[in-house]
Amino acid sequence: MQGIYLDNNATTKVDEEILAEMMPFFTEYYGNPSSIHQFGERVGHSLKKARKQVQALIGAEHDHEVVFTSCGTESDSTAILSALKAQPDRKEIITTTVEHPAILTLCEFLEKDGYTIHHIEVDNKGRLNMEQYKKALSDKVAIVSVMWANNETGTIFPVVEMAEMANAAGVMFHTDAVQAVGKLPIDLKNTKIDMLSLSGHKLHAPKGIGALYVRRGLRFRPLLRGGHQERGRRAGTENAAGVVALGKACELAMEHMEYENTTVKALRDRLEKGILEQVPSCFVTGDVENRLPNTANIAFEYIEGEAILMLLNKEGIAASSGSACTSGSLEPSHVMRAMDIPYTAAHGTVRFSLSRYNTEAEIDKVIAAVPPIMARLRKLSPYWSEQGPVCEPEKEFNPVYA
Amino acid sequence: MWEYSDKVKEHFFDPKNAGAVEGANAIGEVGSISCGDALRLTLRVNEADDIIQDAGFQTFGCGSAIASSSALTEMVKGMTVDEALDISNQDIADFLGGLPPEKMHCSVMGKEALEAAVANYRGEEWADDHEEGELVCKCFGIEAPMIEEQVRVNRLTSVEDVTNFTKAGGGCSTCHEKIEEVIANTWKAMGEPMPVAVTTTEPDEDLVPLVTPEPIAAKGKLTMVQRIRKIEETLEEMRPTLKADGGDVELIDVDGKTVYVKMTGACSGCQMAAATLGGIQQKLIEALGEFVKVIPESEKAKLTA
Repeated sequence: MQGIYLDNNATTKVDEEILAEMMPFFTEYYGNPSSIHQFGERVGHSLKKARKQVQALIGAEHDHEVVFTSCGTESDSTAILSALKAQPDRKEIITTTVEHPAILTLCEFLEKDGYTIHHIEVDNKGRLNMEQYKKALSDKVAIVSVMWANNETGTIFPVVEMAEMANAAGVMFHTDAVQAVGKLPIDLKNTKIDMLSLSGHKLHAPKGIGALYVRRGLRFRPLLRGGHQERGRRAGTENAAGVVALGKACELAMEHMEYENTTVKALRDRLEKGILEQVPSCFVTGDVENRLPNTANIAFEYIEGEAILMLLNKEGIAASSGSACTSGSLEPSHVMRAMDIPYTAAHGTVRFSLSRYNTEAEIDKVIAAVPPIMARLRKLSPYWSEQGPVCEPEKEFNPVYA
Repeated sequence: MWEYSDKVKEHFFDPKNAGAVEGANAIGEVGSISCGDALRLTLRVNEADDIIQDAGFQTFGCGSAIASSSALTEMVKGMTVDEALDISNQDIADFLGGLPPEKMHCSVMGKEALEAAVANYRGEEWADDHEEGELVCKCFGIEAPMIEEQVRVNRLTSVEDVTNFTKAGGGCSTCHEKIEEVIANTWKAMGEPMPVAVTTTEPDEDLVPLVTPEPIAAKGKLTMVQRIRKIEETLEEMRPTLKADGGDVELIDVDGKTVYVKMTGACSGCQMAAATLGGIQQKLIEALGEFVKVIPESEKAKLTA
């Protein structure tokens, strides 16, 4: 497909090398790794290798701390529900207001079952309120779940420190690291993080494969019970091709880590600078100094995100938005609202997320395409006049609610 | 991404009448920035004959909001004020070749802006009768207060009841859990234990819906040809969904209130075929504005033998 793909926090292209590595597991090596015969044995060896590749990327002490799952969401649910089952007397969970729905929706559901959920708030740059976190920690808390990096803004959270604090308070710590794995160096053996979720399709492996790191010795209750796969921690015949792909993806991510943090980061900065210099009334959201190297989230004031995406799409540029209309819900992104971004801007946020496949030529095309799109939509907006934004938008245009 | 019709795309990528009309004497402003939709409609009306001479829009909103605004201005130009007021939100959606269910509120916003503009022209105060509450059913835009009221008044106990009375839950069904919750909470608030739902096939005659859901399309009675055309159109709309699952459907015959179809491909013999037929039936009922029964062709021989 032709076009410029800047939506890599949503999902990524499968690397050709990874695809080549996994293909034989559909055709030639189709055995069940649990089988004793040669067909199974070959697959079993490959899974072992993949486990070591994942272990290396996240710096786990033992390879068997890696449990393969079907996706990031499954890893998240497994982690939280395991902590609750293993510690039935603890009825509280600590998380944040800006987590992925994989955590937030589950917590909302658990709240109905009588659990107390502490949502740690963020400031307008998306930084966590550590005082609030400190206060919420107690021996009633079953688990803390905080994302390593935010999917919308790329803001990085101090999970290593937070895990130390949880550990000191005797509380389990889980992190949803699907956006961070492969982009940030991670060395779990030197942290107090107990569980970590990752997902293959965010790092150029296919969809349908994920993993949960479970620290050795941690009390654990499986989500799926059945066969003895994954040492009984996740029943169900292994997605062998997916596991092999994830292993290879981790190996390649390790090799490209520096590239990601130098070249990709430079491209991101170039894009951001190019847009900010040319488009009035826009700003970068999140903690600009402390975020993923590939993510730029820009709020364009007085226009709406879906309209922006449709016009970008017409130019062959793929990005995503925190606007209400793109999600099917009628609310703008909960991350933007948590940061107290005004509605006039929250609806117009656009996330550009890069990968190692993007080129400078592509970025320059986007820089050229964006300003006329914004100008065109602002011309239609009742909050914008020829001179720029209307002085007091709320007064100038204050419609009846419909 | 939404599946927008070509007409929606046309009005979004090349909107008509964007900007404020000079010398406007009818201005309607609706929506809110918090919802991500706001529209200012400006009209110039000839006071001698009430004819709308020019119309313009300024919209903050998504693709379908901009397209709906553009469509509205095209529709009202040349109409009298009274004629314009007859435009329903469905008319706006039809003009655009349909809108995704989640986007129907964009056409509602157009309709309301028009009412507000006319009120402004006539020197009246336009009050919005919008009932505020949590949006439960996104497909039909039904909010919690409406469901609560129906549950209270008609002592409803099941999602199915609620769907029959309010339409809520009749679409994609993702809100069924939420509806169950609203039902339980309403009974709790009434301070009565909720009666255990008894499944009956016959509707309880004591239950008279307060609001009879309006048939969406049919205003007058359709001729046979019109009905068949409508059925074909509806099946055509559903085809991409069926095809995505590797199946297809073909219209075989229409006999009174019975519509015979043939399920092919993956649909034939699929355990979900019954559910699919139910879905087709629901869509046809909505499109035709009358009750019809959808029967697989294979059953026809048995029924007519």
